[in-house]
Amino acid sequence: MNMNPRVTQRIAFSALLFSTLLVMVPVGMVIVVILKQGAGAISWEFLSQMPRSGMRAGGILPAIVGTFCLVLGAVCFALPLGLLAAIYLSEYSKDTFLNRIVRLAIINLAGVPSVVFGLFGLALFVNFFGFGASILSGSLTLGIMILPVIITSSREAIDSVPQSFREVSLSLGATKLQTIRHAVLPHALPGILTGTILGVGRAAGETAPILFTVAAFYLPRLPGSIFDQVMALPYHLYVLSTQVPNVDSGIRYGTALVLLVIVLLMNAIAIAIRAHFRSKKKW
Amino acid sequence: MPAWKKIREFVAEAAVKASGLASIFIVALIFYFLLREGIGLFQAYRLPDFLAGKNWYPISDPPEFGILPLIFGTLLVTLGAAAISVPLGVAAAIYIAEVAPSRLKEFLKSGVELLAAIPSVVLGFIGMVTVVPWIKTAFGVPTGLTALAGSVILAFMAMPTIVSIAEDAIHSVPKNYKEGAYALGATKWQTIYRVVIPAASSGIVAAVMLGIGRVVGETMAVMMVTGNSASMWRGILFPVRTLTATVAAEMGETVQGSEHYFALFAIGVALFLMTFVINMTADMVLHRKRK
Amino acid sequence: MVSDARGPAVKIGVESLTVSFSGKPSLRDVTLDIPSHEILSIIGPANSGKTTFLKTLNRLIDFIPTSRVTGRVLLDGRDVREDDDPVSLRRQVGIIFALPVPLPTTVFENVVYGLRRQGKNGKKELDALAEKALTDAYLWDEIKDRLDEQAMKLSGGQQQRLCIARTLAVDPQVILFDEPCSALDPISTAKIEEAMLKLKKNYTIVLVTNNTKQAARVGDRTAFFLMGSLVEMGLTSRMFTSPRDKRTDDYISGRFG
Repeated sequence: MNMNPRVTQRIAFSALLFSTLLVMVPVGMVIVVILKQGAGAISWEFLSQMPRSGMRAGGILPAIVGTFCLVLGAVCFALPLGLLAAIYLSEYSKDTFLNRIVRLAIINLAGVPSVVFGLFGLALFVNFFGFGASILSGSLTLGIMILPVIITSSREAIDSVPQSFREVSLSLGATKLQTIRHAVLPHALPGILTGTILGVGRAAGETAPILFTVAAFYLPRLPGSIFDQVMALPYHLYVLSTQVPNVDSGIRYGTALVLLVIVLLMNAIAIAIRAHFRSKKKW
Repeated sequence: MPAWKKIREFVAEAAVKASGLASIFIVALIFYFLLREGIGLFQAYRLPDFLAGKNWYPISDPPEFGILPLIFGTLLVTLGAAAISVPLGVAAAIYIAEVAPSRLKEFLKSGVELLAAIPSVVLGFIGMVTVVPWIKTAFGVPTGLTALAGSVILAFMAMPTIVSIAEDAIHSVPKNYKEGAYALGATKWQTIYRVVIPAASSGIVAAVMLGIGRVVGETMAVMMVTGNSASMWRGILFPVRTLTATVAAEMGETVQGSEHYFALFAIGVALFLMTFVINMTADMVLHRKRK
Repeated sequence: MVSDARGPAVKIGVESLTVSFSGKPSLRDVTLDIPSHEILSIIGPANSGKTTFLKTLNRLIDFIPTSRVTGRVLLDGRDVREDDDPVSLRRQVGIIFALPVPLPTTVFENVVYGLRRQGKNGKKELDALAEKALTDAYLWDEIKDRLDEQAMKLSGGQQQRLCIARTLAVDPQVILFDEPCSALDPISTAKIEEAMLKLKKNYTIVLVTNNTKQAARVGDRTAFFLMGSLVEMGLTSRMFTSPRDKRTDDYISGRFG
């Protein structure tokens, strides 16, 4: 049978559009549902108070603070390491074999299941180094998890700085390191920032890596040091959804909403930075 | 240059070089520590019993650590997720890359990024309150916490990976391939079907593999919606338990240094190796395309 | 190779310089002397090794990993490739590229870039040195009120003179120009040529150019490169009136290249 190619095309394109909608519409629905159901639970008290009565009442302040601490710690660890690694890969490494091994290592690191990072953090930081279940252990684990994101995006940003900037800087008598510091990094900054913020969003939303390394089930006080356990938003949502019976659904949706807003805000900021600098890129 | 400046340059360059190799070191470190803890299980327990044992009863006496039911659970959920996300994801990638007008294209791409950004635990939560009750009523089963629910949620988690990498591959098919087809009088769809998709096939295959890699390693969402019953093959409308969910759910209750603790690390080794193989193969497929 | 009698003082002596990239030769056994306080024009068709030659003089070639250099380049009698640190060499031998590459920052920061890297940070000192460099590059009067503007906003000719000022600021002894006017209009070109003619009082200048007329206008001496070899070098007046090699004659009279 030979159908008119125009008709076939119309059918095919409709099917493609339909599939695309099947992917996209649920995304919109997830966000709308959480916004609608969660907005009612959001109040100043919800954001600024300790949970009470076995998490069935009160606020989620310690979880917000905990997530904030963990993300901050993860970035403090992963950004310097990732940035230096990216500089090495773009500016120093000439050895293509070694480069390939590093690239494969990064690909693998990006593909390691999040719960395996959790196991690793438990074995190395909690037990071997004896940090215990603590902000320190959790931050380091999350930091290692977001390392590939930071390396990859920083490297892309550094590679996109024109070679001529380096030549100019060197020809003016700058050392290699000065060239990187003053003629390359300032112009790669937007890309590095974008990658870092995406990493932050990822770290804020992950649960499995913090399960055994830091997350506290119910701990209605704020951390005093990096060796304390903390509650964290994603784990709190998990606990509320599966471990605590008879929780008012508003609290669940409210927690989901706060987590979603933090994560999406990070992504929105990253996208905005990228768009802003792309539009005014000067070379 | 003064001596102290030279020393400073030297130290900085050493730091850069050390960091450059850190990712190799970290991957090795992860594998070493998983293995170090996981190996403890096999002092008393045989490897074949671990890999092919049909029962996962970690706290009975004597305990049984057969991960076959967990592998089945992971496989079932993964296949279900692939069955949903591969056709939809590839179709969406084709639509975004070749058919959508440029404004819609940007909008859809941000939509995919948005989906990628939603935390796994939030998708799990949404799955619990929407997909799970729906399965319960639609199929009249005693609980909606089933392999099917896991597959549906995981399909959405694999989607961003599949769509964005496949879209990339389709987008990078050289223009002159398409122009050649148009010149021969082919319609746009014939060009896509006969020229673009075959040319992008290795990229699409890699996209699918990486998507599956993501599904195999996913933990929280799958733990929240699959019911976590470690039983052998029953079907897609029954609860199952995956490798990842087992580790996440049970590690909190084990005693450090116990057989159970070692067994969970042994599962970690298995997961690490599985995703390692998937990622390496996907990279090889992608790399072959470039040559 | 044919050569005229040596000039008064040799600033850079090049002996048997051969450069190859991944085994493919780009420059073959070049020997010549660059006299002090003169302009040496280097002419030749594309791929004749002119730019490679320049980059060897200040060792920017070190950053091309596939390159291999043999022979000697003597700056004031010292081999530039002996020192394992090329930084001080590059402060003595500046280069201006074909396309102006202002760094995406202000005019002022562009001029003082090299000075800051030497650790000079005093506001007064930098102001004074920037003014001097810009004046020497014939740019000061045009942009003295625009020092805080983005350098990218200047016109192409101004950008190129800014690049010259930036190089002058680090106070080199030799300035290499790599086809500095190839992207400029005739008026901007004239300004740059005027600047070069004044600069030779204090600096030694090597000018690579595709424009034989430019070589004739500004060069005290001219060297003709072909396929990586030096064919002929001599006083410009002589080279353009009575070339001694047929290939030189063919090239400057426009019969090929």
